[in-house]
Amino acid sequence: MDNQTSTLLHRIKDSDVYFSFIKSPTAIVSSVILVIIFFCSFFVELVAPFNPFDPSSLSLMDAFTPPSWSEKGVAKFILGTDGQGRDMLSTILYGSRISLIVGFSAILFSLLLGVTLGLTAGYFGGKYEMIVMRLTDVQLTVPSILMALLVDGIARGLISRELHDEMAIYVLIFAIGISEWPQFARVSRAATLVEKNKDYVSASTIIGVSNILIMFKHILPNIMRPVLVIGTIGLALAIIAESTLSFLGVGVPPTTPSLGTLIRIGNDFLFSGEWWITFFPAIFLVILAFSINLLGDWMRDTLNPKLN
Amino acid sequence: MKAKNLVRILLTVLLVFGFSSAWAKNTIKWSMKGDSLTLDPHAQNEGPTTMVSRQIYEALVTRGIDMTIGPQLATDWKATNPTTWVFNLRTDVTFHNGDKMTSEDVVFSLLRAQQPTSDFKEYISTITSVKALDDYTVEIQTRDPNPILLNQLSNIFVVSKKWCHENFAIVPQNWDAGQETFSATNAMGTGPFEITLREPNTKTVFKKNKKWWGTVEHNLDEIQLLPIANAATRVAALLSGEIDIVTDAPVQDLDRIGSSGAHKVISVEQMRTIFLGMDQAADQLRSGNTGDNPFKKKEVRQAFYQAIDIEAIKEKVMRGLSSPAGIITFPGVTGYTKALDERLPYDVAAAKQLLADAGYPDGFDIELRCPNDRYVNDEAICTAVVGMLGKIGVNVSLNAQTKSKHFKELKDDQGDFYMLGWGVPTLDSHYVFHYLYETGASWNKVNFSDATVDAAIRVMEGEVDLDKRNAAIADAWKIVRDNIAYLPLHHQVISWASKRTVDVPIRPNNEPLFRFSNKRF
Repeated sequence: MDNQTSTLLHRIKDSDVYFSFIKSPTAIVSSVILVIIFFCSFFVELVAPFNPFDPSSLSLMDAFTPPSWSEKGVAKFILGTDGQGRDMLSTILYGSRISLIVGFSAILFSLLLGVTLGLTAGYFGGKYEMIVMRLTDVQLTVPSILMALLVDGIARGLISRELHDEMAIYVLIFAIGISEWPQFARVSRAATLVEKNKDYVSASTIIGVSNILIMFKHILPNIMRPVLVIGTIGLALAIIAESTLSFLGVGVPPTTPSLGTLIRIGNDFLFSGEWWITFFPAIFLVILAFSINLLGDWMRDTLNPKLN
Repeated sequence: MKAKNLVRILLTVLLVFGFSSAWAKNTIKWSMKGDSLTLDPHAQNEGPTTMVSRQIYEALVTRGIDMTIGPQLATDWKATNPTTWVFNLRTDVTFHNGDKMTSEDVVFSLLRAQQPTSDFKEYISTITSVKALDDYTVEIQTRDPNPILLNQLSNIFVVSKKWCHENFAIVPQNWDAGQETFSATNAMGTGPFEITLREPNTKTVFKKNKKWWGTVEHNLDEIQLLPIANAATRVAALLSGEIDIVTDAPVQDLDRIGSSGAHKVISVEQMRTIFLGMDQAADQLRSGNTGDNPFKKKEVRQAFYQAIDIEAIKEKVMRGLSSPAGIITFPGVTGYTKALDERLPYDVAAAKQLLADAGYPDGFDIELRCPNDRYVNDEAICTAVVGMLGKIGVNVSLNAQTKSKHFKELKDDQGDFYMLGWGVPTLDSHYVFHYLYETGASWNKVNFSDATVDAAIRVMEGEVDLDKRNAAIADAWKIVRDNIAYLPLHHQVISWASKRTVDVPIRPNNEPLFRFSNKRF
């Protein structure tokens, strides 16, 4: 066991990816930031100083406290409080968890859907390929945020209001996921077209390996590099899409605010000088999306065989 | 070369006419959170709806800037006996389409406002007959001597009978049932302005009625109503000069608007009380989890009452611009006293105890219904209430939605626990009791019922001895207050913000009167 772990570590250390990683300050900084954010969001109960959703811990009299370093600030509310007396820092951490859950699930959903369709389309070809690719063409002409709005609107019509609050998060995941899958389908089909004519695929076909096995066991691992790269960048897009929808008021219900909802709430107080209510969630979102994008850029540069 | 010249000439003509028409029109651009719900003058008794109707329709009598009642379509009136009133009408009034206004139209309008689909029927429920004595004289009979008839008539708008007959609008639009009628998007009144464009929730354009009978005291050619739901956007539009006046300036932005040299802010105590209703009659709450109706117990209602820290709401949500209320009426209304307006003390421990005594030591689940574009910071108040009730263990889910949905679903008996605000256009307690407390009344959605109160309402309608009438009002207030039939929150303070060059007189009922408004350049 120990031996195995150490060889794995050894392999990682010897790899090009690791070498490129430790040589790239942007990659190190952005991944450190992301690790911190992910940790704080998923262990938010341990990290956050308050639970903003526990009404017994809230007091309306604390509302609109400015950040602690300003004149009227209070030490226990580092980033100040919002209009309901909730600690901004805790609210942002709880909110980022929702944003991250939605972002990850949505991108996983579109990755599964897109790769499955793209891989099979590239492998089988023919009419099936044509239909799938035309479908992606059509969907790529519709802006993804519009697509997500459409799905959300339809879901609102179909689901009763009582259920909607509980279902909102799934609807959101589906809406964002369905609007991002063509990217994955495109990339995985292109990569499959290259791979399927290689000797190892022909060899597998000759010895009678089934199509499914060839596709998912032999081709899939070889096309994962480009898919992972667009998956990372897609994650940032999905998080921003979630915030946009919540900002527009069609995302998660206000009782479980995500970053976008928090920015929307704070928007009402921009003129009155309570800038921190919208500023901190916004800057948090920027840092989060920026770090993911930088990491994605680095991955693209490293994993793309043509650039090496 | 010739073509070039032609283009030049065309451009010049376009510029000259473009500018001149823009200069010639003195347009006031008015914005608020929500829009009028309908143009039908008798379909919805709701603040902004009446605000719009007031510009295009007129009543027999009306309140001026100082809120006193004066003549409008009627020149004078007298009571020939305690239950019979004779109104003499103006003879020089025409509708916007040029038709003369006669007593036929007045009789038609009063009867129309008494139809079952009318939301104004409670105003004039004591009127038993209306008839035209001649073309310009109308006789009104009431069931009992009615001391507040004029106050009530000031809210019944007169609409053209011929126009209603031609456009299938003989009865008011059934707003509660979601009916769409011609009269909901078109209007035919006698007022100083007429509607030229109506796009609900987007834009309503009123143009000056050049044939109006009164002395013109305004210099406007056009009013545009442009509702903007988002508070920050509304303020930005005002500050950028796109909007001239906002009749519900967000409390958090008053300092910012006032500090701009080009704008002014006026605040006045509004004649409106905000309160929460709790359905006391249903056997089972629609949104509850206890299988019964906790609101049937007075202890539960009182626990809710005492759990609400109204001073915190005043300071943080309303930024000081509200006065906590003990009853759903305000100074200036007959029957109001300072003693009645005292609130029960804020006491979380007592509230918890009351809840435990009532048999709900761990609280229960309930949905709070709330408008988000009607009252000052309505949604923020509700969110604060959710937090405060959470402290006594009541798990409240908030359903905040636009006012047209909120009111419709409320009237459709879907609310267990809801927010509502009540103004008193007649400045008499009878109006509040008749709409909110009388058994089966149209806005009595808490289903409060008390025989003594119902009897007192009859006394208010028919007693001319003011001492006896006031005693009945005082008794009724005491009963509903002790019963905690509703949970009063506060009297609203309304703030208008406008450009300095715009003069629209503010009135405590929040209704702008554009016929007294001027815009300087």
